[in-house]
This record gives sequence, structure tokens and C-alpha cells, in this order.
Amino acid sequence: MAVLTCQGVRKEFGGRVVLDGLDLTVDEHQVVALIGASGSGKSTLLRCVNLLEELDDGTITLDGEEISDPRVDPDRVRRRIGMVFQSYNLFPHLSVLENVTLAPRRVHRRARADAEAQARELLARVGLADRADAYPDRLSGGQQQRVAIVRALANSPRLMLLDEVTSALDPELVGEVLAMIRDLKADGMTMVLATHEMGFAREVADQVCFLDAGRVVEAGPPARVFGEPTQPRTRQFLRRIIEAGRL
Amino acid sequence: MSRVSPADDGVPVGRRHLPSAAQRRRAAYRRRQTTRSVLVAATSTAVLGTLLVVAVTGAPGWDRVRRSFLDPTIALDALPEVLVGLWLNVRLLVCCAVGALLLGLLIALLRTLRGPVFFPVRALAAGYTYTFRGLPLIIVLYVLTLGVPGLRLQGMPPVLVLGGLALVLTYGGYLAEVFRAGIESVHPSQLAAARSLGLTYRQTMRHVVLPQAVRRVAPPLLNDVVALQKDVGLVSLAGPIDAVRAAQIATAQSFNYTPYIVAGVLFVLLAIPLIAVTDWVTLRAARRQSGG
Ligand SMILES: Nc1ncnc2c1ncn2[C@@H]1O[C@H](COP(=O)(O)OP(=O)(O)O)[C@@H](O)[C@H]1O
Ligand SMILES: [Mg+2]
Repeated sequence: MAVLTCQGVRKEFGGRVVLDGLDLTVDEHQVVALIGASGSGKSTLLRCVNLLEELDDGTITLDGEEISDPRVDPDRVRRRIGMVFQSYNLFPHLSVLENVTLAPRRVHRRARADAEAQARELLARVGLADRADAYPDRLSGGQQQRVAIVRALANSPRLMLLDEVTSALDPELVGEVLAMIRDLKADGMTMVLATHEMGFAREVADQVCFLDAGRVVEAGPPARVFGEPTQPRTRQFLRRIIEAGRL
Repeated sequence: MSRVSPADDGVPVGRRHLPSAAQRRRAAYRRRQTTRSVLVAATSTAVLGTLLVVAVTGAPGWDRVRRSFLDPTIALDALPEVLVGLWLNVRLLVCCAVGALLLGLLIALLRTLRGPVFFPVRALAAGYTYTFRGLPLIIVLYVLTLGVPGLRLQGMPPVLVLGGLALVLTYGGYLAEVFRAGIESVHPSQLAAARSLGLTYRQTMRHVVLPQAVRRVAPPLLNDVVALQKDVGLVSLAGPIDAVRAAQIATAQSFNYTPYIVAGVLFVLLAIPLIAVTDWVTLRAARRQSGG
């Protein structure tokens, strides 16, 4: 069953069309990788799905419910979707534990002890138990990003949206974050990830979507999209990636 | 541990680092420089201080000035009255500071509301800050303490409350702008992160934006409270007797200006803790920023 469907999604910024009737379907337990040049609209699509941007046309459904309907309460939708950003966006005035328990306590109204126990367990699972009381500025980029993922997971989301979560990291820290996403996939989490890590997309994605000029130009299993792309623009993009030594 | 064990990179652990000759020369040079600058500073301060004292006390009019500004008996006589006045300043300061901070925060929050529904609220809040930042405090004070009671309405609050209200309204306008600057300095990505977790706009403000905003603008906020401390005395224009007004009365009775000096010294003493707190908060904020 499809967890997420986007149909004819259109988004403009001041007359500039960024998403131009985009279609996308994500099935349960599936990992979909969005690839494409900078500015091709990957982040905008993820922000639209999370209702951080208003659509200019098209529909988005989550578990069969049309969430692009203006009568839908966006806060209720966002509780079911976890989002992780390129720049981590941890709350600097809160400790790691407080970052992770904020939504469970304020949104889901869980008791403090209860939320903290769950948070500590999640942190322990990713090897961050001893950093629970640290503030974000005392953590490495990789640790911050892992906390950001844990923070999103604490809401027990149906769907995770990951927007270039390793792009701001030093190369030696990328691995720890990718390992965490691999574990999420093993747990059956449904995910949409925008990424420049082609090797990683090839490894974890069930489906790769190549975005260009606001549309999904080519989609399919990674072996096919990377191995035998049919669209000239996909080939051109992949050639540039290979020349840059990133595949 | 006396045993020397080699660490991974081959540098023995536990052995004391012996500075090289070059480092020792640098350290000695820095020590000499420090001693020299301390000596220069001490000498110049002493010389300047002596010159100042000699110039003032040696001035032809010094005796007359000392008698009319620094008379210890008159100072002691005036002290109780001035202290009673100062107590009024302190109470007014506390009430007005709290009131102005709350009002400023409320106005700042109203100005950040988005959407056409809130246009009237935003416009009203903006109009308030424009008006009261532009209006001289004295005029607000006169209108509220002299004009409003003239209406002879039932249940009119005492003049002191009206004067306090004038202070709150005026300073609330300044503080609202400081709060707003703080709120707008929080990066939009923080809002996106909070909203994406399912927090409502109010929860986002309360738990994510305001704590960061207030921390950032605490120094300028406190600075305005220090300024307020000096302005609360203006309510005496409407009748209540504050420290400065008490000093004025004592001066008129004794034909001597010493009570003003007494009031001035007390004001400075009162301000010192507040200014010290402001400096401390500023320093901490600066550290936090540079600490990354
Ligand atoms: N809030 C915005 N206002 C105006 N233009 C925007 C905004 N967000 C994104 N854009 C533009 O939309 C285009 C797509 O951006 P984005 O979705 O971030 O691409 P990607 O994530 O694929 O690099 C870019 O040209 C960007 O400048
Ligand atoms: Mg992007």
C-alpha cells in the first residue's frame, strides 16, 4: 500500500516554477532516493510533503488521507512525518535529551519520565547514551545529525523525510549517519531521502527518482537508473557525477 | 605514576614538557612587558589623580563649593527624607520594569503574527510602538497624571499608578522592539525544525523561539531597565515625592545643594548591582556566541 502519493505537485516561488506537476509514489517499507542537480527541487518537494510549503497545484496523500486539503490540520500531519535537515537544526538552548523529548512531551503529552526513558533508549541504540545531557554545540556534526534523526524518530513517524543529511558533514563523519539510515531501513522505516551520495542511494534505495526541471524525469530500481538510464538528461547528470568522482 | 609509557604517537606520556630556549626567551620578554605596562599605568594614574585633587581643592572657589555641596551635617539631615523618596523609586522601578517587560513581550509577539486575520492586531501593535517611542515621556506623564484625572471618572486610580502607567507605556514601546529584534534573529530553520516535529505555532514560540530570543537580547533589555531606573523619578512632576524631589525640598529648606549629592550617590549605589548584572549577562552572551 502506498504511504505517500504526490500527484501533479506544482510549486512556484515568485513566478519561478520549481515543481512542475510532479508525481511520486512511496510504498510502505520502501526507501526512495531523490537525486538531481542542486536547485532541481528536492528540498522543496520534501518541504511540500511536510506542509512547510503551500502547494500551487496537485494533491499529496498520506496513508490515503489527502493532506494537501486546506481543511487538514498541518500540525496533526507533521506528527506522523519525521523530517531531518541538512543543517541538523537542533535547538541550541536545549540539551540532547530535551531536544529529543520536546515533541513527545509537548505534542503527544507524554509524561516527562516516560518520554525521557524512551529518548534514552533511542539514544543508546545509536551509541549516544553518554551525550544525553550535552548541549548541541559540544557535539560533532555526525553526532548532531544522529541526534536530529533520533529526535524525528521519537515521534514514531510513519514516514521519514531526509534532506541531504550528510552534505554538511566532514567526510569521516558521513559513515556513522549512513549506518543509522541503513538500520532504519532494516527496521522497515518508509523513507524519502534527497541525497548526493550516489553510492549510498544505489545501496539502500528501492527506488531512485531523478528530478530535473521540477519533474521526475526517470524513476526505477537503482541498478536500472544508474546502470542503464534511458533519459538523456539522466545520462548527462550521471556523467557529470562520475567526472566529479562521486559515483 | 612514575613510569614513562609511550603513547600511540610515540610521545612519552607523563614526562614534563621542557620549553625550548626560544620559548623561554619569549616568556621572559612577555613578563618584562607586563611589568612595564603595570608600572606605567600605576604612575600615570597616581599623577593624574594628584593633579585633579590639587586643581579642585586649590581652586579659588573650592571652600565655597565644598560648603554648599559637601556639607556633612546637612547630608545627614537630608538622608532620611531622601531615603524615603528612594524607596518610592525602588518600588516604582520594580513594578514598572515588570510591567514594561510583559507589555513589550506581548506587543512583540503580536507583531510577529502572520496572516491577514491578524492584520488589525499587527497594525495596532505597530502603531503603539511608533507612537510611544516617538512621544517624550514627560508628555505621556502629564497627559496621564494631569489630563486623565481631569475626566473625574469613577474609580480613578491614584496619581502614582497613572504615572507608573506612563512609564510602562513608554518603556514597553522600546522593549517591544528589542524583543522583536530577538525573535527575528532566530533563524527560520529553527521554526521549520520545530513545526516539522508537530509543534503548534504557540508551542514553537514558547519552547524554541522565545528562549533563544530572550537570551540573545537580555543585555539590551537590562540596559533599558537601567535607563528606566533614572526615569522613574519623573513621576514626581505629578506630585509624588521621589528621591530627587525630596533632595530638592531639602535643598530649598537649607539653602544648600548637599542633598542633591546625597540623592545622586544613592542612585549610583542603586544602579551598580543592576549594571553589574547587565555586564555579566552581556559577557556571558558574548562567550556563548564565540564558544560556538
Ligand atoms: N523559499 C524560497 N523562496 C524562493 N525560492 C526558493 C525558495 N526555496 C527554494 N527556492 C528555489 O527553488 C529552487 C529549488 O530549490 P531546492 O528545492 O532547494 O532544490 P534542491 O534541494 O534540489 O537543491 C531553487 O532555485 C531555489 O532557489
Ligand atoms: Mg536541497
